[in-house]
Amino acid sequence: MSNRKLISYVTGFVSSVGLTLVAYYVVVDRAFGVGALTYTVAGLAVLQLIVQLIFFLHIGQEKGTHWKLVTFIFAVLVILIVVVGSLWIMHNLDYNMMNMSPDQQKIYMHNNEGI
Amino acid sequence: MSDLIRVVDAEQATRNERKALGFWIYIMTDCVLFATLFATYAVLHGNVFGGPAGKDIFNLPFVLAETLILLTSSFTMGLATIMAAKGNRHQAYTWLAATFILGFSFLMMEISEFGSLIIDGNGPSRSAFLSSFFTLVGTHGLHITVGLLWILVMLWRFYKHGLKKQDLHRLSLLALFWHFLDVIWIFIFTIVYLMGSLS
Amino acid sequence: MNNLREIIFGRLTWQAFQHDPIMGGAGVFMVVALLAIMGYVTYKHKWGWLWRNWFTSLDPKKIGAMYLIVAFIMLLRGLADALMMRGQQALASGANGYLSADHFQQVFTAHGSIMIFFVAMGIVFGVINLIVPLQIGARDVAFPKLNSISFWLFAAGMIIINAPLIAGEFSTAGWLAYPPLSELQYSPGVGVDYWIWSLQIAGIGSLISSINFVVTIFKMRAPGMTLMKMPIFVWSVLGSMVLVMFAFPILTATLGMLSLGRLLGMHFFTAGGGGDAMMYVNLIWAWGHPEVYILVLPAFGIFSEVVPVFSKKKLFGYTSMVWAIAIITLLSFTVWLHHFFTMGAGADVNTFFGIMTMIIAIPTGVKVFNWIFTMWRGRVQFTTAMWWFIAFVVSFTLGGVAGVMMSVPPADFQFHNSLFLVAHFHTMIIGGVVFGAFAGFNYWFPKFFGFKLNERIGRWSVFMWVLGFLLAFTPLYILGFMGATRRLDHYDASLGWQGLFIVAAVGVGLILVGIGLQLLQVGVSIWQRKQSLDTSGDPWDGRTLEWSLPNPPAEYNFAVIPTVTERDAFWVAKHNNAQPSTDYEPIVVPENSGLGAVVGSLALVFGLAIVWHIWWLVIVTLVGVILALIISLTRDEMYTVITTDEIKQIEAAREGAAA
Repeated sequence: MSNRKLISYVTGFVSSVGLTLVAYYVVVDRAFGVGALTYTVAGLAVLQLIVQLIFFLHIGQEKGTHWKLVTFIFAVLVILIVVVGSLWIMHNLDYNMMNMSPDQQKIYMHNNEGI
Repeated sequence: MSDLIRVVDAEQATRNERKALGFWIYIMTDCVLFATLFATYAVLHGNVFGGPAGKDIFNLPFVLAETLILLTSSFTMGLATIMAAKGNRHQAYTWLAATFILGFSFLMMEISEFGSLIIDGNGPSRSAFLSSFFTLVGTHGLHITVGLLWILVMLWRFYKHGLKKQDLHRLSLLALFWHFLDVIWIFIFTIVYLMGSLS
Repeated sequence: MNNLREIIFGRLTWQAFQHDPIMGGAGVFMVVALLAIMGYVTYKHKWGWLWRNWFTSLDPKKIGAMYLIVAFIMLLRGLADALMMRGQQALASGANGYLSADHFQQVFTAHGSIMIFFVAMGIVFGVINLIVPLQIGARDVAFPKLNSISFWLFAAGMIIINAPLIAGEFSTAGWLAYPPLSELQYSPGVGVDYWIWSLQIAGIGSLISSINFVVTIFKMRAPGMTLMKMPIFVWSVLGSMVLVMFAFPILTATLGMLSLGRLLGMHFFTAGGGGDAMMYVNLIWAWGHPEVYILVLPAFGIFSEVVPVFSKKKLFGYTSMVWAIAIITLLSFTVWLHHFFTMGAGADVNTFFGIMTMIIAIPTGVKVFNWIFTMWRGRVQFTTAMWWFIAFVVSFTLGGVAGVMMSVPPADFQFHNSLFLVAHFHTMIIGGVVFGAFAGFNYWFPKFFGFKLNERIGRWSVFMWVLGFLLAFTPLYILGFMGATRRLDHYDASLGWQGLFIVAAVGVGLILVGIGLQLLQVGVSIWQRKQSLDTSGDPWDGRTLEWSLPNPPAEYNFAVIPTVTERDAFWVAKHNNAQPSTDYEPIVVPENSGLGAVVGSLALVFGLAIVWHIWWLVIVTLVGVILALIISLTRDEMYTVITTDEIKQIEAAREGAAA
């Protein structure tokens, strides 16, 4: 029992360190373009989240109804709604309210909207 | 009398089960709190107001060291729970103390990072970006402080009373809390520091 | 000298205690009333009794009762504010009225904040504490000590929000304190700080409470009560508490950032420094919209209990009710932008949130139809609780239709910030939450007091309330169309609004008569309690487990935890002639704990100290809270065990009393 737990922790630790180092070095070495890098490190973070959820937090391994898993999934849903929603709304507001000087606005419109 | 002991023991066991779920739910609510701060950071991180942007002030090797230290402390916390479950008091005590030292070093590194930023005139009131940065990272630091305090109380309990059953249950909650703080830090490391030094 | 004073007292000076006659009068009245109560308690030597039986009690029934008492007192306070506003607007046509603009702003801010956070939330948590353990066949909540802490944090928040009547002034920034008005630059006084810390402290109490009840419902149901066999009230509470659990952290973080801006000069929502006030509006409504459903879901739950019992039928469409609650719970997180359609979002964003808002009306409509179908072909008994339901359906449907009108973004540009909106949300919250609470009060009253409330006066109170309610808010819908915006302390006489404002004021007067009748109803019922005594424990021929217990339920609720086989567990047991088991087992109950009262008092002092910038006291109380929690959490838990012999005695005594 405790040996299995030990293996679980070691696995979690080693893979977390690995994922952290990979994320760090792709950014420091500028392995790809900025856009691709952003998605890469975000993906690596989600991967590490899953690793730690399984190996450190032992999610979904409880007896009976999986209330922990259920609440976790609902929390993730709410977090996604609030974060993505806020970013979408705020970006949209910024765009519509044109939070910039008239000159900047002219340049922006020329570059991004072709007017 | 044995009837009473049985009833009280059964009550204690179901109570611990409830506490485990309740504490997990608390952690979920804390995730939403952090999500709000992350959202604010994500919206405001470009508003530097003439001050420095992320890439001007972040020292990535330093942050990597912080990250690895916290990650290791999460691992030693896991070891402490395993050893405590085995009834190995000495080992449990050692790993928990190691967790404290690692956590404390992490906190000191964070404070020194904050300190040097403030001395350079880049304090939290400098710009919206710095406000949201200090608040997000600082809230994590505050949680770490609470965790460290909790570890101290735990160490004191182990020292004084040995590995009592109820303390083992408390240790499992503490471990959960500590792992959760590590998970939050992954996202701070990625979103604030790594992505911040990209643009 | 001045420095020393600032260190000891922060911003607090003698001038803070000087108020204009109206506010000062209210403050003096409050202090005198408080002193009178305290004097009476001292005179009767009841402090020890209060402390042992109420303040330190961990019995959810008592905690629930204390929530309701606080909520009722705050209802009177909020109502006084409403009367002042109606009076002002009825008089201030082309003139200044009797309130200064500044005072008027404080009044509407206090009215909104108190009614939502300390009346509606208090009612919700009070009813939940009283009813949920009884309905799921549990003896207690999952975390009794935390439950007590929640209540005392709520009480601390309540005192902080009333403190401006004595020292300083209240916020003038509206009930949601939009920046940049609520930032230090434009509101330099203590008003906004009072608002922030009152809500922050009470909000943390609500958050703890929600965790408590979610675990209670998940883990403490009677054996056999699967999720789909839970009473629908419990389902609605589950939905509401899940919303609290995920929405209140957003409020905590948002208020935290607002106060960091005020205390440490940070720039989140400021006009300068790169802050973005719209982010505050976005976040506060990400909490604020779920909050609406947090309040109304339990009210839906109450009606779902009342209607079947008084229609003598089982609830129509149980499964669809459950799904409606679940869908409302999730969707209420996806509509928040409809509170700020007009603030600059583009057509795509506005359309998305407009459509989501229209969609969320569907499950709510499903519920209304389910209630009506439950009544259909039932043997409907028109009790006071049922009349409250009918009043609710009418006003809630009208208000709901107005809500769907406003969910159309182009139309909302006309309605936004007008009295039409004010009328809409009052029809929803009074018609929903308040009427629901009154229905529940009439329905569950006998359970806790052992006699029924007077039906005749009850019915009259419903009629007066509804009449006053329609008179008070219908003019506001019309005024909204005529262009009257909310929060006007005066308006031009040529607009011709005064007549309608006077009608609205008369309406509030009638509501006051309705409340007077309710008080009369309670008074007369107590007076004539011999005639309406209920010894059976089941006065309405109820369906759920709470009616299987004697009035009032014992401290441990159930002597033997019932086993549930079907929905409407008590109804089934009654019709199978099942006798309650007498296989008693010893019962473990938690010992009283003063932790809640201690943490609440420290939180109160902490809140007041931080409002007035008395930093040493902030540190002292913070350290106090941490120490109290460490000491209490590391100590082994204390239980009292009620032995089988004692249970036998208590139960026998109860049966003797019933016979």
